[in-house]
Amino acid sequence: MRIAILALQGAFEEHRQMLLKYGVESFLVRTLADYQQPKDALIIPGGESTTMLKLLKDLSLFDVVKNDIEAGLPVFGTCAGLIMLDDKHLGTMNIEVKRNAYGRQLGSFATEGDFDGIDHKIPMTFIRAPYIEKVGDGVEVLSVVDGNIVAARQGNQLVTAFHPELNEDFGVYEYFFSIFAA
Amino acid sequence: MEDRPTLNRNLAQMLKGGVIMDVTTPEQAKIAEAAGACAVMALEKIPADIRAAGGVARMSDPKMIKSIQAAVTIPVMAKCRIGHFVEAQILEAIEIDYIDESEVLSPADDVYHIDKRKFNVPFVCGAKDLGEALRRINEGATMIRTKGEPGTGDVIQAVRHLRLMQSEIRHLTSLSEDELYEAAKQLRVPFELVKFVHENGKLPVVNFAAGGVATPADAALMMQLGAEGVFVGSGIFKSGNPEKRAQAIVKAVTNYDNPKIVAELSEDLGGAMVGINEDEIKLLMAERGK
Repeated sequence: MRIAILALQGAFEEHRQMLLKYGVESFLVRTLADYQQPKDALIIPGGESTTMLKLLKDLSLFDVVKNDIEAGLPVFGTCAGLIMLDDKHLGTMNIEVKRNAYGRQLGSFATEGDFDGIDHKIPMTFIRAPYIEKVGDGVEVLSVVDGNIVAARQGNQLVTAFHPELNEDFGVYEYFFSIFAA
Repeated sequence: MEDRPTLNRNLAQMLKGGVIMDVTTPEQAKIAEAAGACAVMALEKIPADIRAAGGVARMSDPKMIKSIQAAVTIPVMAKCRIGHFVEAQILEAIEIDYIDESEVLSPADDVYHIDKRKFNVPFVCGAKDLGEALRRINEGATMIRTKGEPGTGDVIQAVRHLRLMQSEIRHLTSLSEDELYEAAKQLRVPFELVKFVHENGKLPVVNFAAGGVATPADAALMMQLGAEGVFVGSGIFKSGNPEKRAQAIVKAVTNYDNPKIVAELSEDLGGAMVGINEDEIKLLMAERGK
């Protein structure tokens, strides 16, 4: 298993460290040439979605990433990565997202929550996080916190509004691996 | 379960690999956001103009900061004076995303920094060596940046500060455990912080470069030296083509280790800020707050 991590901006190193601890090979993507290496899946990390979107376009990554996801490449987006897959960005996932949904940094929080398909409570860290306001056809809601959708799946695409890379729990990663390693 | 220091360190982690730009108006903030800035620093005057104007430099008008908060969706930071905890309270009251307790402004206290643990909003502080960095972290800073020499367009001091910090970190990792007590005494910080650096080979918080970054090459230099992101102040809006330069610096921070890309980005940017050489500087801001 070899996983590409989009490393344009944000907490990509944290994902890399988690995969390393779990014993999964990964590589960072900063250019089209990086991206074109063989891979089983893609992770889009947290960070600033406006920065990432601009760099995806300027580095000629936007169309290839979109096409690959639509063709079935497994993808896992966390926080800004969730935003990147919504209808206003890559547009591969049938979701409408509210950005900065909990307000500014004073609204950032950590909690524990249930996650469909995972048999234990998942630690969830929300940093200036979004949530999903509306899901369309084919989208399965996986976690709801305080009435808001914070994790969902649509076929090969998995998103969380929180940051599994900031905690020591591998539950959501294992869920992601199960999508394509079955 | 409310652990503000961790949440505040986490926000700095999300800013990594990004560029934080000084802006003085909502229009500049929008230009910075469109260029790919991961956050903006709202202030009335950029450091070069503070330097030129002289006099006492204070926290910006909250109304001006709020107008910038309303203009962009990325995090908004603002500066308060070293030791001026009431300015910090004001910035917290308007829900700033990060407070920079900054040597760019005139210090309000020549002995004490702000007790940053008393606040819910995060603080970033400048440092020119490991001791300063760890003392600020001990006071509650959840992000560190080099001091550099703001408003000069000269990167030499940011380089000096980052190299010194990295070298001191490498030195700590090479010590035996029983030598750490003496190291803690010399750095004037608690043993636990020294032990963390000894074991992990890095600061317990994110470390950005700041002060004098004016070109994509400067930004890439700081990243190759080990910075996790870059603050750019006067370098952008004191240059010939701020929009283009801002975009180029953002891309240089992402692909800092790819000279071909940095070469392309460095073409045709128009004039860089004129700047002031180190030996022409009358006021060393980096000497404020140790």
